[in-house]
Amino acid sequence: MALIHEDNERSKTFTRRALLLGGGQAVLFSTLAARMYYLQIIESDRYKMLAEDNRINLRLLPPPRGRIVDRYGVPMAVNQQNYRVVLVREQARDIEQTLDMLGRVIDLSEYDFQRVMREVSRKRAFVPVTVRDYLNWEEVSRIEVNAPDLPGVNIEVGQTRSYPYNEEMTHVLGYVSAVSEDDLTGDPMLELPGFRIGKQGIEKQYDGTLRGAAGTSQLEVNALGRVIRELSREDGKPGQDLVLTIDAALQTYTHERLQAERSAAAVVMDIHTGDLLALASAPGYDPNLFNVGLSNEVWNQLVKDPLAPLTNKAIAGHYAPGPTYKPMVALAALEAGISPDFKFFCPGFMQLGNARFHCWKKGGHGTVDMYQATQQSCDVYYYELSKRVGIDRMSAMAKRFGLGATMGIDLPGERPGVIPTREWKLANIGEPWQLGETLVSAIGQGFVLTTPLQLAVMTARLANGGKAVVPRLTRQAHGAQKTETPEAAGFPDMGIPSAHLQVVQTGMDLVTNNVRGTAYRARIEEEGWEMAGKTGTSQVRRITMAERAAGVTKNEDLPWRRRDHALFISYAPVRAPRYACAVIVEHGGGGSKVAAPIARDILIETQRRDPSNTPPIAQVGGQPSKRG
Amino acid sequence: MARRPQIFFVGRLAAMRNNEMSLREKVWQVNWSLIVLAMLISGIGIAMLYSAANGSFDPWASRQAVRFGAGVMLLLVVALIDIRIWFRYAYVIYVVALVLLVAVELFGVSGMGAQRWIDLKVLQLQPSEVMKVALVLALARCFHGMALEDISRPSSLILPIAITLAPVGLVLKQPDLGTAMMLLMGGAAVFFCAGVRLWKFVLVGVAALGAIPVAWQFLREYQRQRVLTFLNPEIDPLGAGYHTLQSKIALGSGGLFGKGFMQGSQSHLNFLPEKQTDFIFTMLAEEFGMIGGLTLLALYAILLTYGIAIALRARNQFGRVLAMGLTWNVFLYVFINIAMVMGLVPVVGVPLPLVSYGGTAMLTLMATIGLLISVYIHRDVRISRRGLGIEV
Repeated sequence: MALIHEDNERSKTFTRRALLLGGGQAVLFSTLAARMYYLQIIESDRYKMLAEDNRINLRLLPPPRGRIVDRYGVPMAVNQQNYRVVLVREQARDIEQTLDMLGRVIDLSEYDFQRVMREVSRKRAFVPVTVRDYLNWEEVSRIEVNAPDLPGVNIEVGQTRSYPYNEEMTHVLGYVSAVSEDDLTGDPMLELPGFRIGKQGIEKQYDGTLRGAAGTSQLEVNALGRVIRELSREDGKPGQDLVLTIDAALQTYTHERLQAERSAAAVVMDIHTGDLLALASAPGYDPNLFNVGLSNEVWNQLVKDPLAPLTNKAIAGHYAPGPTYKPMVALAALEAGISPDFKFFCPGFMQLGNARFHCWKKGGHGTVDMYQATQQSCDVYYYELSKRVGIDRMSAMAKRFGLGATMGIDLPGERPGVIPTREWKLANIGEPWQLGETLVSAIGQGFVLTTPLQLAVMTARLANGGKAVVPRLTRQAHGAQKTETPEAAGFPDMGIPSAHLQVVQTGMDLVTNNVRGTAYRARIEEEGWEMAGKTGTSQVRRITMAERAAGVTKNEDLPWRRRDHALFISYAPVRAPRYACAVIVEHGGGGSKVAAPIARDILIETQRRDPSNTPPIAQVGGQPSKRG
Repeated sequence: MARRPQIFFVGRLAAMRNNEMSLREKVWQVNWSLIVLAMLISGIGIAMLYSAANGSFDPWASRQAVRFGAGVMLLLVVALIDIRIWFRYAYVIYVVALVLLVAVELFGVSGMGAQRWIDLKVLQLQPSEVMKVALVLALARCFHGMALEDISRPSSLILPIAITLAPVGLVLKQPDLGTAMMLLMGGAAVFFCAGVRLWKFVLVGVAALGAIPVAWQFLREYQRQRVLTFLNPEIDPLGAGYHTLQSKIALGSGGLFGKGFMQGSQSHLNFLPEKQTDFIFTMLAEEFGMIGGLTLLALYAILLTYGIAIALRARNQFGRVLAMGLTWNVFLYVFINIAMVMGLVPVVGVPLPLVSYGGTAMLTLMATIGLLISVYIHRDVRISRRGLGIEV
């Protein structure tokens, strides 16, 4: 009985405790249900969003970059199909073997081989790894033919920027290159692998216009990132095409003409519209190198080259204008009331205290008036003018013609030059102005610095009757005032009496078209196409008293770096001016001997290519003359 | 004395019905509704496995169905075997399971960083799953022979404690902290039901807490790391932490009604790890929402209620303790698994009973239900201390 009693006790205990456990289970199950309610009802929206985030991947579709064409629609920067061969690990049976096989079909370096092996092992099995870029058509077809032996090897097509004109267009177009850390703006498009942005020239200036807007593709992906399907797609906006004012053929011609010299720049401009027909700087470099990615070695070579191929000398080269600056002095003198018939005797130098200021002609020009002084570039006559006018009025005139400030041309890297005044010297050098410096400025030396572009603009304003024409490289997508084609009339008049301008124009006409002019030998003989000009030879060294006494060393006998710069400014046709041209040949020697013939050839070519021009005489259309 | 005829009547009936029951009588007694319940739960599992394979019976759903078929056979065999046989062979089964646990240590296949199964070709045997049942059997037999007074003597608890700690130690060595904890909790529940005083649990708990710093000194560095990662999965954010987060996202995004059968983006795009095994509940809750999750939870609740009812109706201590211990085991499976996928407890390798893909677990659970039914059929059988016989 005791046992049975005990058993009952045991059974009661069991029942009690079993029910306790059952109750515990019920409580714990309730917490599960509560948790389910919390996750699936209360927090459901948040988790739904997270699930969508997981599932949907937005992929950017880079837009095709806008083309750049010249004024006649000739393409200068285009997008080319870039064929690349990629390897997908999960489709290849044996990667090493496949690569070996591929190496027999196309050239593969040991470096490529190692890189692919490394990337393949690091990336997910379905992610294509680029084996080689920029395949030519022959290589593509060889891979296609051997496709059955190359499992996992595919050809992909991308777009790459290509510049059909090589270095002759570089300084205008610039180039595109891979995005660097500093370029990142938060725009996700910039972070796309292989994306290129404009780094120089027009490509940089109009990067936003050319780039366009990216499209998006909504993709459903799995946890490994593999694309399951495309859910929706929104195409982007392709970049806008850009029409330049450049005439590609003229630019090529100009560049070729400059390349004969070691380092030179030239600008051709429509004096009425401001259209830049050619803007050349030699030497240049191959822009395509930057797109593909250039080696350190090539880069260092470009940077260290004394001829500065990376600099656009047409807009960023600072040169003493030399006597091409004299028209500014003449205009300032005329405005100051000095008559063009004012005569002055040139003995070959001018004495100013202890200092003697020489004329370029040792024996002197004798008595000259303003026309003759311009024609023969008499320095002493201009010394005298400057003494009478003063530096500030000279410089004020130069500034009205656009010197000493940037033109606001649509290219990066434009430099302003220097037109000195008393105030400027005090502020920048900290010393008061000296009269001797006024004389030196009158012949475009000393502190005066200009760019070839500024000289071209100055010439254009001289030739178009004193209208403040502004240069431009694009006709579209610029400012509002430039969308309609403004003629010179659209530009404000600078308020210079035409009688004054005529004095300078006549002087410049005499320079080239009078037997005694400094550039007579470089004149244009074709009737109706004649040019007017002004030579300039600017010293880059100081000629000592001793040297002058012994006879000035000839340029040919000097090392290149110490030779004079040769300059020439000109416009044509002389009767009804249309084009202005400025040429500078670095350390080229004499302006009349070196720069003027180049300007002549360029202006002949420019007029020959003018669609509104009917050839005046039969001989035109042949090879441009290379005399001089 | 007046109640004697009644006792006689009950006794006679019992003798007639249980001690010498014919097979036909037993089959008549089989708790078929319990089998239907198992079928419903497994059916949900097979449907989810079909979805997990993106609408294919291969590779999981078809095999799971075959295993369920085999499981039903096993269940019936286990259910019809006399409970006294189970009583007699309880220790033998326990020892066999223990040997298997040692064998897995020696010849086992590594998986998930631990040695867990033995490859038997037909199925990959996980001895630790078998042990969950064997331990309850052995403890039930152990406590069957003990009166409450025996139990109150600490010396009598030495054997059941040893029975419990031996497999726990072996499983810990695999190392599988999750299963070890489940064995420990399963054993503790049996101790509790058998009537061990509550203060003893408290004492052991306090002692265990005190022992932790001491035990810590004996652990190797990598073992400590493993324990730390287990206790705090955030240490390994791309591992366990990632799984929990993705699981919560899947569950939460299912909402009330779910995304629809085979429409779960988290599961089908592989954001959900182990969706055919440990995280199958998540998939169900993603595709059928809270409605689906609660339905399955309700089915389990009914199953557990059946188990407790069977335990309460059994008149022999062995059957009572066995049924309660097994029910508690099933509860632990369900609770830990679902709590884990909902981020309530750390990620441990515990399958969802009858639903998760896995052979040993399916067969073990069908055997568990078989034993429950056996306890039900033989609820009035008297079991002597030695086993067979009717003497008390």
